[in-house]
Amino acid sequence: MISEAYLPIAPEATGWKLPSSRKVAIVCLILTETSLFSIFVAGYVFYIGKSLTGPTPREVLDLPVLATIFLLSSSVTIVLAERAFNRDRVGLFKLCWFATIVLAGLFLTMTAVEWRKLIYHDGLTISTNLFGTTFYSLVGLHASHVIVGMCLLLLVFVFSLGGFVTIMHRERLQMISWYWHFVDAVWVVVLTVVYVIGR
Amino acid sequence: MASQEISQEITITPAGALGSSLVDRLHGLVITVDHKKLGLMYIGTALMFLVIAGLMAISIRLQLAIPVNTFLEPDVFNRFFTMHGTSMVFLVGMPLIAGLGNYLVPLMVGARDMAFPRMNAFGYWMFLFGGLLLYFSYLGAPGLAGHGSAPDVGWFAYAPLTGRAFSRGTSTDYWILSLLLTSVGSTVSAINVIVTAITLRCPGMNLMRMPLLVWLMLVTNFMILLALPALSAAQMMLLIDRYLGGHFFDTQAGGSAVIWQHFFWIFGHPEVYILIIPAFACVSEIVPVFSRKPIFGYPVMVGATAMIGLISVSVWAHHMFSVGMTSVGNTFFAISTFMVAVPTGIKIFNWLGTMYGGRIRFDLPMLFCIAFLFQFLIAGLTGMMLGVAPLNWQLTDSYFVVAHFHYTLVGGFLFGMFAGFYYWYPKAVGRLLDHRLGLCHFWLFVIGFHVCFDTMHFPGLLGMPRRIFTYDAGRGWETLNLVTTLGALCQAVAILLLVINIVRSARKGKLAGNDPWDAWTLEWTTSSPPPEYNFATPPIVRSRRPLWDLKHPEDPDWKYE
Repeated sequence: MISEAYLPIAPEATGWKLPSSRKVAIVCLILTETSLFSIFVAGYVFYIGKSLTGPTPREVLDLPVLATIFLLSSSVTIVLAERAFNRDRVGLFKLCWFATIVLAGLFLTMTAVEWRKLIYHDGLTISTNLFGTTFYSLVGLHASHVIVGMCLLLLVFVFSLGGFVTIMHRERLQMISWYWHFVDAVWVVVLTVVYVIGR
Repeated sequence: MASQEISQEITITPAGALGSSLVDRLHGLVITVDHKKLGLMYIGTALMFLVIAGLMAISIRLQLAIPVNTFLEPDVFNRFFTMHGTSMVFLVGMPLIAGLGNYLVPLMVGARDMAFPRMNAFGYWMFLFGGLLLYFSYLGAPGLAGHGSAPDVGWFAYAPLTGRAFSRGTSTDYWILSLLLTSVGSTVSAINVIVTAITLRCPGMNLMRMPLLVWLMLVTNFMILLALPALSAAQMMLLIDRYLGGHFFDTQAGGSAVIWQHFFWIFGHPEVYILIIPAFACVSEIVPVFSRKPIFGYPVMVGATAMIGLISVSVWAHHMFSVGMTSVGNTFFAISTFMVAVPTGIKIFNWLGTMYGGRIRFDLPMLFCIAFLFQFLIAGLTGMMLGVAPLNWQLTDSYFVVAHFHYTLVGGFLFGMFAGFYYWYPKAVGRLLDHRLGLCHFWLFVIGFHVCFDTMHFPGLLGMPRRIFTYDAGRGWETLNLVTTLGALCQAVAILLLVINIVRSARKGKLAGNDPWDAWTLEWTTSSPPPEYNFATPPIVRSRRPLWDLKHPEDPDWKYE
């Protein structure tokens, strides 16, 4: 009878350890998002210089130095926030976390200012030419990811004000920060393709 | 030495789980996060769409049975082949994979549920709403001149036919949005299966002790994560074109119709392997059990699957030889296409190696597996023919291509799924499927399949293009088309028998017991159907065949692995 059968404990069974579910899931999410961005980037690169009418990137795009500084430094502040959290320094954690949100907000504001200039001053909309179509799609896709990340950050911040974020949530915060680093890394690619190569 | 029991489950019916009224049961389905229920819901829904899309195929075949037929209007015909293709790939193939993965992966790795049960339910409902949205287009999408209108742009929706100028109304938007929804569902379920297989394995089950099905599901779901976004991205671009005046695929503004083809097939070709690998998975579990031998060349099988996954992302443009690529492009994609044959061939030889010298039991699951082997081989060979670029220029968009991919998807994918059906149905339901009805299903389907799709190659060779709604007499296509249609009808009868069998055996079938096939993987240690928690205590495994070790304590596998 099967029910009476016994198995000696496998040597591997003692100290059996597997990776954390959340981490694997976030890595998978980042993988599939990377694939999504790759197609948009491929589309952008394919259509560089193929517009039949103006304006061209060289005429209207400026290197977004300030926006880049804001977004990349937000990756630093979120690391500082995590570190403070792990050392149980709640005040510093909240401060750095809030700084991350502010920096993300500043980045989005810079994007808004840039788009306003492009639309009202240069007359470039998503339907003007191929450049407009690919530019707003790619940058917009990235910006929408920044917005999603900012919502997550805000949620954590609001909860932390109420004192609900405890050591239990350590891994969740870490996952948000991984996602945030990913969004930053995508920006580096977008910056290179759109503002350096494409110009 | 300390010892640990893999406990046998006692069937416990939780209060209210089998509510008396229909409303209670439906409510139970809506709120469930149990991987087994969700898996069966996926499979049940897929079968429903299989019947609907199958009826469309029958209508298409009836229309083509004789020359100058007027059974279907031309525009209805266009909608039917579009909905047939779209449904079969996204509403039958994908949910069957998801259902199989959902039901089996946690049981096979000795887990109590998927890693993220609620996300799992979310994935199912996204898929279902996507499917319903696609079919709602028949009512909800006023097209040209107020006709009701499902999408009619073909399942790969080539630009510029999908542009605003050529596809008026909203039917194409239904196609886009419903598939985006099902893609969300597929992505969520893929992440779930991967995480479950990687992080919820029971003690002792290291990667090289996982059942092959779990390995193959892992590869398939990784491919879903990598390939599906290409389709989603292309569809987002198409939406931008259609609603925001973008120019991605607008040739008049410098856009390219060809890049849609690239994006679509970057998704589309891996998709073919995404569908066939789960069929491989079923065959890899069933062939050893019914040959009474462990799988031949387990590590090679794993490696070959990973290789198929890798190579399959670099072959997409063999769907586009006739589009006018450079000769370098043609050569590259022809060679990479041939390279896929190597790992696939390795797999076929490994299955044969498993059967060689075994004590083969010709039960229904094994019959389907054997048919699968022959048919998939032929499908692969015609695939090689189509991979030869010059021959492809002759055969492209002809019925030869239609015959080839139906050979892979029906003769390969569907036969693999049927094998899995007959094999795991007793586990899921607790009763065996009726053997005689099953035999009728098998033989009718095999005969119907060959009459239909073997014959279909020839009108293709004679130059009959796909997607024509009728043809003139006197081209030599009449008899061939009539025979093809008869084969299709034969398959329809077989499917009807399957449905009858599923419904009847659920109530009247022979009781299965825990382990009707004398199998070796963990799902057979549970009761049939398994209790909601699967395993009362996490099992501990020491080899690839934990149940063999249990049944043969005097000669366990772990001594040799």
